[in-house]
Amino acid sequence: MLHTYTLAALRDGLARGDFSSRELTQHFLNRIQQYDSELNSFITVCADNALAQAQIADLARANGSAHALAGIPLAQKDIFCTQGVKTSCGSKMLDNFISPYNAHVISQCESAGLVMLGKTNMDEFAMGSSNESSFYGAVKNPWDLTKVPGGSSGGSAAAVAARLAPAATGTDTGGSIRQPAALCNLTGLKPTYGRVSRWGMIAYASSLDQAGPMTQTAEDAALLLNVMAGHDAKDSTSIDKDVPDYTVTLNNDLKGLRIGIPKQYFGEGLDADVATVIQQSLKELEKLGAILVEVDLPNTGLSVPAYYVIAPAEASSNLSRFDGARFGYRCDNPKDLTDLYKRSRGEGFGSEVKRRIMIGTYALSAGYYDAYYLQAQKVRRLVQQDFVKAFEQCDVIAGPTSPSVAFGFGEKNTDPVAMYLSDIYTIATNLAGLPAMSIPAGFSKNLPVGLQLVGNYWQEAQLLNVAHRYQQVTAWHSQLPFQFA
Amino acid sequence: MALTLDDMNKIAHLARVGLSDDEKNRYTESLNNILGLINELQAVNTSGIEPLAHALEVTQPLRADVVTEHNQRDAYQAIAPAVQDGLYLVPKVME
Repeated sequence: MLHTYTLAALRDGLARGDFSSRELTQHFLNRIQQYDSELNSFITVCADNALAQAQIADLARANGSAHALAGIPLAQKDIFCTQGVKTSCGSKMLDNFISPYNAHVISQCESAGLVMLGKTNMDEFAMGSSNESSFYGAVKNPWDLTKVPGGSSGGSAAAVAARLAPAATGTDTGGSIRQPAALCNLTGLKPTYGRVSRWGMIAYASSLDQAGPMTQTAEDAALLLNVMAGHDAKDSTSIDKDVPDYTVTLNNDLKGLRIGIPKQYFGEGLDADVATVIQQSLKELEKLGAILVEVDLPNTGLSVPAYYVIAPAEASSNLSRFDGARFGYRCDNPKDLTDLYKRSRGEGFGSEVKRRIMIGTYALSAGYYDAYYLQAQKVRRLVQQDFVKAFEQCDVIAGPTSPSVAFGFGEKNTDPVAMYLSDIYTIATNLAGLPAMSIPAGFSKNLPVGLQLVGNYWQEAQLLNVAHRYQQVTAWHSQLPFQFA
Repeated sequence: MALTLDDMNKIAHLARVGLSDDEKNRYTESLNNILGLINELQAVNTSGIEPLAHALEVTQPLRADVVTEHNQRDAYQAIAPAVQDGLYLVPKVME
C-alpha cells in the first residue's frame, strides 16, 4: 500500500518508475478526503496546487533533472507562511490571511520538489500540548479518537500517524514536535536552535522555536532534515554552519555509546506503565552495545516555571504585531485606534493565547521584570549548565518523552498548570537549545509511548544514528492504527 | 501576590487586549494558578548567575549597508483591511 511507504521507499519507487508523483499525490489526496473528517488534521488541503507540483516533478524526473525526493507529498504545519495559500496558525486572527511570501522551510521543500498536500491543524499560535485550542477545532488521535494527538503539532502528527501524508513538518518550542510524535507513534526531531531557519515561521517564542521533521522513521527524518536545515541570511538567529548528510552516519555502530539516564526523569509524575516500556527500550539500546550511566539534571523541576515565564514573555512581544491594522482579523466598526487594537485582539485571539499574553506582559512589566523574566533567564542558565555537565559523562541522554500516553479531551485543559506539567521532559531542551527527538518505543494500554533522545549541540546525526539502529531491531515505528491501514 | 481585578485591567490595557468582565474573572483564577507555578523561581538562589537569553554563544551577524530588497508594498497591501495611496487606514488617533 502506497501510504505505508516511507519517504525512502517512495524515493526508490519513484526512481524505478513504479508509480508517478501524480498517482502518489492523488492517492494521499483521496485518503485525506476519505478519513480527515474523522481526524480534523488538515486546515487547508491544496489539491490543485499539489497535483500541479506533482506534474512538474514527474516532468523533471522524465528529463533527469529531479531532486531525489522530488514528487513526494508532504504535509506542512499551518505555522509556515505559504505564498498564495491561507496560513492561519490555528487562529481566528489569521483566518483571512493569505501569505504574500513563502517561509524558508517551504522554499527549501519546494526546491527539493516536495509536493505540499496541505496545511495541518495546530494549537493556536503553537501554544498548547493537546491541539484542543485551535480555532478550527480539536484534532483526534488516530490511535483512539477519544484521545488527543498532542500539540501543538497535533495535525501534522495525526496526518502522518493515519498515513494521510507520509511525513510532515512541525515546530517545537517546549515539546511541540516530540510530544505529539510520542502520543501518535512517530519519529519527531527538534534540531539544535539555529539549525533550521525561522524566516516565515510565525513566531511564538523567538529564542526557543525550531522547525523539524515528523516522520515514520529516523531515516526519513534524516532525509527531511537534509532538506530543511541550513543557514538563511534572512533569519539572523540561523547559524552559518555546514549541514552534513544526515543519512551517511545512520548505520554507525553504537558499541560503547554512553547513554545518560537522568535520575530526575523517573520519579513522581511518570506513569508506571510508561516507565516500564521505557526501561525495556533502554535494554534494547544496551543490546546494541550502548552503556547506560546515571546522570544528574538537578534543575529539571525548574524548567517548567522558567519556560512559562520566558515563552509567554516572548510571545507577548511577538504577538503584538497582530493589531488589526495591516493584515489579519479586524473588528467591526472600531471607534478609535485603541478600540481597534483591543477588540481585534480580544476577538481574534483564543483564551489560551490571551492567558499567555497576559502572563508574559505581567512578567515583563515595570516592577516585575527582575523578579520574573530576569530570574527565569538565570534559571535558564542553570538548566543549560546541568546538560553541559551531564554531557561530560555521556554522549546522548534518554528518557520518556511524555509522563503519560495520550489523554482524553477535556482532561487537562480546565487547569492550564496541569497541561503545562506534562511538558516536564521536553521543555528543558528548548531552554538549552539542544537537539532532541522522540521515537516509538512501545505501547501502554494500546496507546503509543515515545522514547526521547537528547543530544549535545549540533549532534543531530548522532541522535538519528541511535534512533535508526534502534528501529532496525524493533518494529514499533512500523505500526499504524488498524482502521487507517 | 495574587492578581486583583485592578491588576487584570492594567495588564490587559498594556497588552491592548480587550477582555469581557467574564473573561477577566475566569482568567484571574487561572493566571493566579500560573503565578503559583512560576513563583517557585523566587526560591532559587541565582546570585552570580548571568541571565541566558540565547542558548548559543553568537553575535548579531552583520552585512554591508546596501539595499538588497525590492519594494513589494502592493503585494503586502493586497491583504490589508483598508489602504489608500499606499497607506494603511486606521481610525482617528486623536480628535
